Amino acid sequence: MNAALRLPAGLRLVIGVFVIGWVVVAAFPLLWTAVMSFRVPADALSGNPLDVLLGPRTLETVGGGLGIGVTFEHYWAVWVTQHFYRNLLNSAVVTFGVVTISLSVGTLAGYGLARTRSVLAFWLLVAALVFRALPHSVLVTGYVPAFLNSAHWLQPLWDWGATGWLFHPFAARAPTLYGQPLAVIVVLVAINQPFTIWMLRSFFENIPAELDEAAQVDGCTAFGAFWRVIMPVMWPGVITAGLFSFLLAYNDYLVTALLLDSQSMTMVPAITQFLNRDSRASEQIEAIAAAVSITAPLFVLVMAFQKQIVAGLTQGAVKG
Amino acid sequence: MNGRTFGWFVAPSVVMMLVFIAFPLVFVFVQSFHATQSVFETVKVESCTPGFLGQVCKTEERSRPKLDAAGQPVRETSFIGLAAYRTVLQPDAVWAALAPGGGGWDAVMAVDFYRALRFTLTFTLVTLPAVIGLGLLIALAVNTMARSLRGPLIFVSLMPFIVTPVIGALSIRWLFMGDGILTAALRWMTGSHISMFAQGWTIEVLMLVYRVWHVAPFAFVVFYAALQTVSQDALEAALIDGASRFERLRYVVIPHLKPLIVFVALIHLMDAYRVFDEVVGFSSEAHRISLQFLTFNLLTPDQAGNRAVTRASASAMLTMVGVIVLLVPILARAWREQRGRA
Repeated sequence: MNAALRLPAGLRLVIGVFVIGWVVVAAFPLLWTAVMSFRVPADALSGNPLDVLLGPRTLETVGGGLGIGVTFEHYWAVWVTQHFYRNLLNSAVVTFGVVTISLSVGTLAGYGLARTRSVLAFWLLVAALVFRALPHSVLVTGYVPAFLNSAHWLQPLWDWGATGWLFHPFAARAPTLYGQPLAVIVVLVAINQPFTIWMLRSFFENIPAELDEAAQVDGCTAFGAFWRVIMPVMWPGVITAGLFSFLLAYNDYLVTALLLDSQSMTMVPAITQFLNRDSRASEQIEAIAAAVSITAPLFVLVMAFQKQIVAGLTQGAVKG
Repeated sequence: MNGRTFGWFVAPSVVMMLVFIAFPLVFVFVQSFHATQSVFETVKVESCTPGFLGQVCKTEERSRPKLDAAGQPVRETSFIGLAAYRTVLQPDAVWAALAPGGGGWDAVMAVDFYRALRFTLTFTLVTLPAVIGLGLLIALAVNTMARSLRGPLIFVSLMPFIVTPVIGALSIRWLFMGDGILTAALRWMTGSHISMFAQGWTIEVLMLVYRVWHVAPFAFVVFYAALQTVSQDALEAALIDGASRFERLRYVVIPHLKPLIVFVALIHLMDAYRVFDEVVGFSSEAHRISLQFLTFNLLTPDQAGNRAVTRASASAMLTMVGVIVLLVPILARAWREQRGRA
């Protein structure tokens, strides 16, 4: 770099302080709640930060090591006594379904959109942008009554011979979709689809069109070229789009809180059950332990996929 | 790619968006003009009580829910016109409030819809410049750091962005809980005891600060990536022309970032208008609600287990009108560009 572009010492100091300040602000709330979850309520809710950090009362009553008190009682209460693993299973079903369906439908559309310059493709993307802006509550308002009454309005599909043979093996009568994690998958995929096709389209645009043209000259069909030639070089983009689908499904509160019941709740809406009970102090810390449990996988995710997440954030920007 | 192949590739996605987005929208629109209620019938009931020398009988008319053959109440859907919209918008209350001698602004804000609209718009418009400003500052600052530090800095910065929004809000709330560390810090700094969750405006400030904390990393990463492609030649040329550090930033770097600033602003407008998770995380519904929360609340069963689906549909439609107003300038631009290209 040119010597004249180098920063003067004063400015360097200001920037250094600013960056350190941001790092503290960014990391502090999450780290601090993580520390609180390992302390007994008397320490965790203390006004003295040293009590929270070192946990003297936790050390006295429960134990620990190196002069620092640690307790796992809140995690035990959450996962074993309150059966939080059931919510984890529901979350796993929903996120897995959303990611796989979003990606299979989205890659096809994203590829098609990246390789076409037609007016139709343009307006499809504009429509997707409008859908992307739609508040989720607007859609869910349509789904709530439909899910509650589905046993009634889906029954014709079971009674009619042409479709009945297809549905009967799954259930004898039309099901009530309310409270079914599998049904919620469809809603979240739909909400996610506009974003997914925008992102995948911009990834496909980075792959030169000469590649599929060459494949088609060699005798591949359009789908063959897509599947055998383009997809193998497309995995980084697919992983990135998958990460964002995962985040949408995993972090959702609004849709899952309205369409699932307490039996089938995913983890994020389930956390309110710890808050709404007239909270004793230990229940407050249980809520914190549940929150830390939900955040831990996300932490691992950023560690493993930082590069892909950054690529995803900048991708839409560069091309969009 | 010809039109036919294009059609096959996009068909699953298009069908999915039609069936699961467009169709529900039409359904909500229709639903907002219809109410489903139990049908009541009026029956004559003769009740007799034993009395002296015979019974005393009286006949009265009672209304009771009509039952079908299976013993279930009969429900009937009827067209109610704009009644649901009137219930949500309460035009009479607004006119009364705005008339001379009415309650004015405060009385309008007593209606849930206007309260939610006011908060949602404030939230959107205040966080927008804050997110872009903070994101830009972090990007410029990190860009001066040694290369080995940048990876870890991006990692730490991504945490607020990636954390579940409800939980991020909760984690900030917990810092104030009871005698929490930030409550103690505030008392130490100001000398007085401030309860951040006792009045509306402090909660609102926390919600705004939370959202900036949550989204600034996104702006940061986008701007940071673009800073890597600023032309070094242009910077050196500006230097030779005698441009100061600030002038180089103002006339070389910012114009380079401009399309990305527009991009981040667009995404943030869409997302901030949807503000919802903060209301849940901070439990602010007594003081501050957003438009999405209004609909959410109407859809949640009340004490008797009833969901106000019709009113929720009306409020959802009004929320959507807001998005369209927000997007019209952008769509108009896309339309002009497309016509110019054709």
